[in-house]
Amino acid sequence: MQTILEVRGLKRTFYKDKELFTAVNGISFEVKKGECLGLVGESGCGKSTTAKMITRLLEAEEGTIYLNGKEIQNLKGRKLRGIYDDIQMVFQTPQDSFDPRCKLGDGIMESMINHGMTRVKAKTRMLELMQMVELDSGFAERYPHQVSGGQCQRAAIARALAVEPSLIVLDEATSALDVTVQAQIVELLKKLQREMNLSMLLICHDLALVQNLCDRVLVMYQGNIVEEGTPDEVIQNPKEEYTKILIDSVL
Amino acid sequence: MTEKTITIREQKVHKDYTKVKLIILLILLGLLLLAAAFASKVSPFDPYEQDLGSALQEPGDAHIFGTDRYGRDMLSRVIMGSQTTIFSALLLVCIITVVGTVVGIFCGYYGGKLDAVLMRISDIFLAFPGMVFAIAVAGVLSGGLSNAVVALACISWPKFARLARSQVMTVKDAPYIAAAKLAGSGTVKIMIKHILPNIAGAIIVTAVLDIGTMIMELAGLSFLGLGATPPTAEWGSMMSNGRSMLQTCPWVVLAPGFAIFITVVLFNLLGDTVRDVLDPRNSASH
Ligand SMILES: Nc1ncnc2c1ncn2[C@@H]1O[C@H](COP(=O)(O)OP(=O)(O)OP(=O)(O)O)[C@@H](O)[C@H]1O
Ligand SMILES: [Mg+2]
Repeated sequence: MQTILEVRGLKRTFYKDKELFTAVNGISFEVKKGECLGLVGESGCGKSTTAKMITRLLEAEEGTIYLNGKEIQNLKGRKLRGIYDDIQMVFQTPQDSFDPRCKLGDGIMESMINHGMTRVKAKTRMLELMQMVELDSGFAERYPHQVSGGQCQRAAIARALAVEPSLIVLDEATSALDVTVQAQIVELLKKLQREMNLSMLLICHDLALVQNLCDRVLVMYQGNIVEEGTPDEVIQNPKEEYTKILIDSVL
Repeated sequence: MTEKTITIREQKVHKDYTKVKLIILLILLGLLLLAAAFASKVSPFDPYEQDLGSALQEPGDAHIFGTDRYGRDMLSRVIMGSQTTIFSALLLVCIITVVGTVVGIFCGYYGGKLDAVLMRISDIFLAFPGMVFAIAVAGVLSGGLSNAVVALACISWPKFARLARSQVMTVKDAPYIAAAKLAGSGTVKIMIKHILPNIAGAIIVTAVLDIGTMIMELAGLSFLGLGATPPTAEWGSMMSNGRSMLQTCPWVVLAPGFAIFITVVLFNLLGDTVRDVLDPRNSASH
């Protein structure tokens, strides 16, 4: 199977109270085409940091990132913008991920217009995408503070799908939503995965969701990947002590 | 329950009141700006025509604000002066707002060495007492209204640079900026389309509040002979020229002084009202 994303020895440190703190400590993994890879771990273990480094929103200190076989961690300017044709991300806080002064529709169209599409064409495509994520076309004219979290997250997914990326990173895309809306979003993701053969990196701390959606799962603990396998393997016989605690705390 | 309804109603009343205030102020200032723009048509007399025969007349039927020592009609000179004073102040505020905002956005967004250098420069300007520094700069450049504008622009842009910079710092790490990057938008587009609209409120309020200050400071420089030069009708220099007659013919000083007072108050009230209108706590229910 073709590899979409390959990460080798990714590392990042932060200064916390003037002390060096390793948020991500040299992790390696890959995402294959059409695969849904889960990344679970407790709060503060470095999941979002990993996601931001993969999408180049945050600089990695060490390590290499290959996207479709190309090294991307040193790209700049126009070349860097080019990677966003292949990789997209959905953020943890849906409402904050849309500009409060732009309508949702304009937010979804931004990437298409940046690709030189005319406004008319982009609008048609935007309405198609809205339909795909089961949002009424009227929402395109609304501002982020005028819609609910779940509706906003659907719009965010539509925005991520606009450029037809090969990989989409979902950073706790459902954790800010209540349980029923969460379930709807999960159904939507499943549908999109089936229809578009999308690769996904699903970051969350909900093991049930991982079991439901993912082909493979990585368990992260204090910046390291401590376990890897299919969700059933990992949940049924966890090898690491930490994984056991994580499973016990959920079930 | 009742307590809550009352507060909501009070909020609504307050909002309507703010809107009415804004409209009234805009109408008044609109009239003022129209008078300034068409000063030569509005003034009853030629503001530069000397008539020594009717010098220093008291306010009366023919000359509502009286005449100065050359027999020029004060009302016409005040109206003509509004053009000079208000438009120089508006130009000045535009310059410092644009320059300061552009510098501030770049500094706030990129940070690093460029930011450090530009902010140290702005510190130097902010370290001096503004008016003293403006007098020095205007003195070096020699008088003239345009030099007074340059001098005041030099000392006033850092305030806007600081403001814009701090505002940019608060929004640049927001997820929606990251989302714009993911949409493939370049830095300039992100600055113009996503950062500027989100920081514009605070900058506009400061700019409007600064118009009054700038009118005062321009008039101040002119009063000291470092701004507009005679015979140009300008409020500051008109007051300066008349100050020796304050006791004998007070209208020569009071007319331009009153004009400055009214204009500054109007612009400051507008600034306060704009702030109230843009305040997110007032516009929660769109
Ligand atoms: N900009 C930053 N400056 C300093 N420390 C940071 C920064 N970003 C993240 N960290 C630290 O790095 C660690 C990992 O953060 P990260 O956001 O990746 O956690 P996470 O696994 O996504 O947690 P959560 O499940 O709560 O979202 C945390 O301890 C956090 O405090
Ligand atoms: Mg996170």
